[in-house]
Amino acid sequence: MSRSHIALAALLLILLALPAFVGAYALSVAALVLYFAYTGQAWNVMMGFAGQLSLGHSLYVGVGAYAAGAIFFHYGIGPWAGLWVAILLCVLLGVAIGFLAFRFGISGVYFALLTIAFAEFTRIGFDHLDWVGGPGGMFLRVAQRDTWDIANFRGPPLMYYYAILGLSSFAFILCYVLLKSKAGYYWQAIRENEEAAQALGINTFRWKVCAVALSSAMTAVAGVFFAFYYNNLFPEQIFNISRSIEIILGPIIGGLGTLFGPILGAAVLTLLSDGITELLAALGLEIPGVKQVFYGVVLLLVVMFLPNGIWPALAKKLRMESR
Amino acid sequence: MPPELVLNVVIAGVLTGLVYGLMALGLSVIFGVVRVVNFAHGEMMTIAMYAAAALFAALKLDPFLAVLPVAAAFFVLGYAMQAGLINPFITRPEHSQFMLLVAVAIILVNALLIVFGPDARNVQLDYQLESYELGKLLLDKARVYAAGLAVVAAVLLFLFFRFTLTGKAIRACADNYLGAKVVGLNVKRLYALTFGLGSACVAVAGCAMVLLVDVTPGLGPYYTLLAFVIVIVGGLGSMGGALLGGVLIGVSEAAAGLFIAPSAKSMFSFGLLILVLLLRPQGLLGKRA
Repeated sequence: MSRSHIALAALLLILLALPAFVGAYALSVAALVLYFAYTGQAWNVMMGFAGQLSLGHSLYVGVGAYAAGAIFFHYGIGPWAGLWVAILLCVLLGVAIGFLAFRFGISGVYFALLTIAFAEFTRIGFDHLDWVGGPGGMFLRVAQRDTWDIANFRGPPLMYYYAILGLSSFAFILCYVLLKSKAGYYWQAIRENEEAAQALGINTFRWKVCAVALSSAMTAVAGVFFAFYYNNLFPEQIFNISRSIEIILGPIIGGLGTLFGPILGAAVLTLLSDGITELLAALGLEIPGVKQVFYGVVLLLVVMFLPNGIWPALAKKLRMESR
Repeated sequence: MPPELVLNVVIAGVLTGLVYGLMALGLSVIFGVVRVVNFAHGEMMTIAMYAAAALFAALKLDPFLAVLPVAAAFFVLGYAMQAGLINPFITRPEHSQFMLLVAVAIILVNALLIVFGPDARNVQLDYQLESYELGKLLLDKARVYAAGLAVVAAVLLFLFFRFTLTGKAIRACADNYLGAKVVGLNVKRLYALTFGLGSACVAVAGCAMVLLVDVTPGLGPYYTLLAFVIVIVGGLGSMGGALLGGVLIGVSEAAAGLFIAPSAKSMFSFGLLILVLLLRPQGLLGKRA
């Protein structure tokens, strides 16, 4: 057992026991942190591992949420079935985008813009899709707040907290295994130098598409969680480019390509933005936009002075593995 | 549908498109030379629109006169931003530069929200209600003037890059960073100059655009995406391409508004972007790398 393993076990225990010690509000903040840790981990597979910059991950959140949400809304079928439809749709979308982009040799900024274009295109498409309510949104029947209806994934906030804790733990373990697997090494080779990787006989096209497929599948699950946790879906909100940026902020601030970075980044950002909101409320400065300006300034400072993210720098101080 | 109506809408699209084109030209120059993704481009456009609207509200200054001080201020701000903030990032990875400008964009758009609030602002001038009649065609005066201003600014920029020594030096930096350094060009200063010029383009485009639409802080991200779409459709680093891309997007937005629904207009732009990226990634007028 290294220091990292002990620290991880302690963190998991704290998170498992957290609901016993904190109130409803703190629990909702913790769930939000875990949600961003999970989506950040999913995005990290594509960018942090395989080096493909996606700025359109709201596409997979949105399609996943709408797929499972619409099946529940129209047919009353719970998310355990809808989940697979959501994953299937998102993987098909991801593979189609990856296939097109990588076949035509699109990379870097151009690839990022292509992902934005697909997300925006889909957003406007959903705005005109009456089956899911169009711009007026889709509202799922609100949960029974006192019973755990696991079959329909309806229940008290505590249930959602443990669900997202389970999801983010699963994503962490999956990424841990992946990083040490053949796929992980192939991805990192592609990230560092694609031509060299190709020269070594790696089918870079296939592995890049695999990274997109896995990342979109993981993000689709986040979308299903989102749909049943918030119960209302609007294209304007869920497909918005600022949702995509929220997803990528955590891993970039925490440390790109690391396992712990997305978690740390999500925690820092969510707690910071919440702390700032509280502070401003206490000072009576509730002007819209003030919080976001602070947010932007913090982001600016981290990007300028900690270019590799917080975790690699912190891990060095704590004498842990910087992964 | 009467053909005059269609023609009117298409011409209005062309005229608005020229203003879009000038905005995108600013991005094309920055992206083409400095190779930094200016993700705060639309936010800068929105600030220029607010500046013109504020000058009008305070001094009754016509945006066509306000364009001079606003463009000068934007040149200085752009120069300072490149010199102080972005130059240290030019050797960093793409995503790092991107995050820097995302941070700048977040700060700018929310600073606008704090200063001006969420309500729409505009300018009201007599000639905005007048129009030229050419047979059955009606051309809004304000739109014609705005497009004219955009064309003049684009021509000036083109002449600068073509015929001045500084302009040639900037093109040299764009063509070969290392080569430009070897022959003794002060690349960082030229980068700052380029960012200043790109910002001035945005300022002119913003002053022209405020005659045509109301401005809200939320326009920023929309214009950023629009500018990227135009630059990529037209071809990166091609000045004519940026204007052509602007006109194409302007017309397709206007046509989508007429034939389908106003809310579907940007679907066409993004559809066009996807097609161009897949079929002709160097853009319509761009050269293959």
